[in-house]
Amino acid sequence: MPLVNGGKIVDDSFTKLAVDTPLPEGGDILVPAERFLADAEALLKRGGRIGVIWPNNRDIAELVPYLGKIAVVALVFPSFRDGRAYSQARLLRERYNYRGELRATGQVLRDQFVFMLRAGFDSFEVKKQADAEAFMQTAKRYSVFYQPTGDGRITALHRRMQLRHSEGVGT
Amino acid sequence: MYAYDEIDRTLVNERVSEFRDQVQRRLSGELTEDEFKMLRLQNGVYLQLHAYMFRVAIPYGTLASNQLRQLAHVARKYDRGYGHFTTRQNIQFNWIKLSDLPDALADLAEVGIHAMQTSGNNMRNVTSDQWAGVAPGEIEDPRIWSELIRQHTTLHPEFSFLPRKFKIAITASDHDRAAIKVHDIGLKLIKNEKGETGFEVLVGGGLGRTPFIGKTIKHFVHGRDLLSYIEAILRVYNQYGRRDNIYKARIKILVHELGIEKFSREVEEEWQQIRNSSLQIDDEVIEDIRSRFIYPAYEKLPHMPDELRQAAADSEFEAWRKNSVAPHKVAGYSIVTISLKPIGAPPGDATAEQMDALADLADKYSFGEIRVGHEQNLALPHVAKHDLPALWKALDQLGLATPNVNLITDIIACPGLDYCSLANARSIPIAQELTRRFANHELANLIGRLHINISGCINACGHHHVGHIGILGVEKNGEEVYQITIGGRADESAALGNLIGPGVKFDEVADVVEDIVEAYLALRERPEELFVDTVKRLGVEPFKERVYATR
Ligand code: HEM
Ligand code: SF4
Repeated sequence: MPLVNGGKIVDDSFTKLAVDTPLPEGGDILVPAERFLADAEALLKRGGRIGVIWPNNRDIAELVPYLGKIAVVALVFPSFRDGRAYSQARLLRERYNYRGELRATGQVLRDQFVFMLRAGFDSFEVKKQADAEAFMQTAKRYSVFYQPTGDGRITALHRRMQLRHSEGVGT
Repeated sequence: MYAYDEIDRTLVNERVSEFRDQVQRRLSGELTEDEFKMLRLQNGVYLQLHAYMFRVAIPYGTLASNQLRQLAHVARKYDRGYGHFTTRQNIQFNWIKLSDLPDALADLAEVGIHAMQTSGNNMRNVTSDQWAGVAPGEIEDPRIWSELIRQHTTLHPEFSFLPRKFKIAITASDHDRAAIKVHDIGLKLIKNEKGETGFEVLVGGGLGRTPFIGKTIKHFVHGRDLLSYIEAILRVYNQYGRRDNIYKARIKILVHELGIEKFSREVEEEWQQIRNSSLQIDDEVIEDIRSRFIYPAYEKLPHMPDELRQAAADSEFEAWRKNSVAPHKVAGYSIVTISLKPIGAPPGDATAEQMDALADLADKYSFGEIRVGHEQNLALPHVAKHDLPALWKALDQLGLATPNVNLITDIIACPGLDYCSLANARSIPIAQELTRRFANHELANLIGRLHINISGCINACGHHHVGHIGILGVEKNGEEVYQITIGGRADESAALGNLIGPGVKFDEVADVVEDIVEAYLALRERPEELFVDTVKRLGVEPFKERVYATR
């Protein structure tokens, strides 16, 4: 699956481990939540960066004590219909101030990019090559946003206020 | 009327261009039907028995005449010349080609109409009182808040893939015309002791397979906190709502399983974390929205103009006036309900010609404004009383002056087996037969206010649970059978109807309804006692006896 990060298709330096795959010597690894939580101290001491794959039905607050030390949080979309990871993403970014890579995995299609970007994702394991290639184009599809999220984009309500005030100047 | 500005129009256009691209990718095979399904649903497109069905939003039921004309244009150009107004302030077209849909949406976008989120597991069209802004005694125009919520929930990045669809309704009157108690979130505008505007918030109502009346989760949420409170409810629902079983995925099940106390604690906890965020609404924002609702320049008019006095001699006009004309908050004006339930026709249908003509009448007599109500009727919200006789004549010529609003032939019905792929039974022919049985206006008038609601399957599109008489089509051994409930209602005293006994066959439904009505006429204490009130007083038994004694 192609990985899009910073708007470009990039190589993924992380190796995904299952619950029982032996730990590789070095290199960056992505481990499932339960494996990470079972052995967090040891894993964090290891050389190489570490990321956690967090299932969408587990309270993201459990990850909070480690957020400063992990490089990637990978949230999961088991199907594009299941939107729980959007809430987790917003909580990570807006409530817990997570600043590392936030990766969308699973059923990730171009039609969700705007929603995902707005929720705080910055990295995407895209299911289809063509969707990955269309990333920039699709991500720019909308210029108007009605609701505030942590992505800092100005909302329609506030843009109207600004327009009003600037019109008001000098009159 | 609410005027979309350049910002809203840009978003609607961007949505159309996105959908055009999605349809192209579907037609080229790049998107599978499974992938496309979610995308088309978010744009109001269902795959039905015969064709694609296209559902267009009419936010809080308010339409401008040019918008109604454009709906007529879509009906004519892309469909078979008519549309079907639904119980959720939407209009549906039943015969539209997939490849035409982007063009139809683009045409609608020209007048600020869209189909965003009229289907799919997201926030649906926000509904409200069809008399909003003109009903005497309302706290304030609930559409200001409906519009705020409409904007906030449109393409919401967190809540576009919820466990199930989500519906919000708002009322600002004591008499609830928005059926807020059978919505996922129901909002009632109120003022607190300090005179501040806020909302009583209900949660967990809904119909369908497992019907529930909503419960109050908070007695007062200040207007400034409305969005954060809704967001808190949705976040709790998004995380804990069931996804393993679509029949149990609605918020009503979550509220029921957790109990309202536990659910409200979860919401409260979440709310405390976000209520002081950028979701807080300042007065300026509300004022901005308020300023874009344009109200007519009403004149000072006599309460009883000569035209009305003279027309009173015409008994047909009087029958219509008594039935269809309601008081307006401004003296000298009326609200006119237009029945889309002519005898023998499918409830809620309007032809392109009728829509065009109504748009003209709205321009002439109602400051260019039309309303759509959840009873599948339309209304002209600002008619000067002196225009009533002329308006009536014009409506009569269009076949739109049936004086049956709120009477037994003002039936709500879903499309049932005639159009719907989910149906177990026919609905429209039942409605048609009932309107013929009770076509006599004197009789209908004698019976008084009585709502019949018909659904062709358990999904309850026709709101049968809350019909005074509810009729639900089910399938038994390959045959259509109808279960009949009585005592339901969708207003401020909302209640679910009770089954009167075993289901009856297609051919028997009208007879059974006649029996129920006869029993009521014999049992009511006085003519003013409504059918539902008699049922409430006496229970199901006497009706059941009357119906099954002879069968
Ligand atoms: C052929 C077209 C239609 C299809 C395929 C359709 C499908 C559905 C489905 C699947 C549900 C799901 C209910 C649930 O599980 O919560 C539903 C509910 C509903 N539909 Fe329809 N429907 C159609 C036409 C209509 C029409 C014409 C109306 C209005 C007259 C309508 C109004 C509603 C309403 C109000 C509900 C919600 C009931 C509730 O409160 O839960 N639908 N519809
Ligand atoms: S109630 Fe059933 S039959 Fe009627 S429209 Fe809804 S889904 Fe179709």
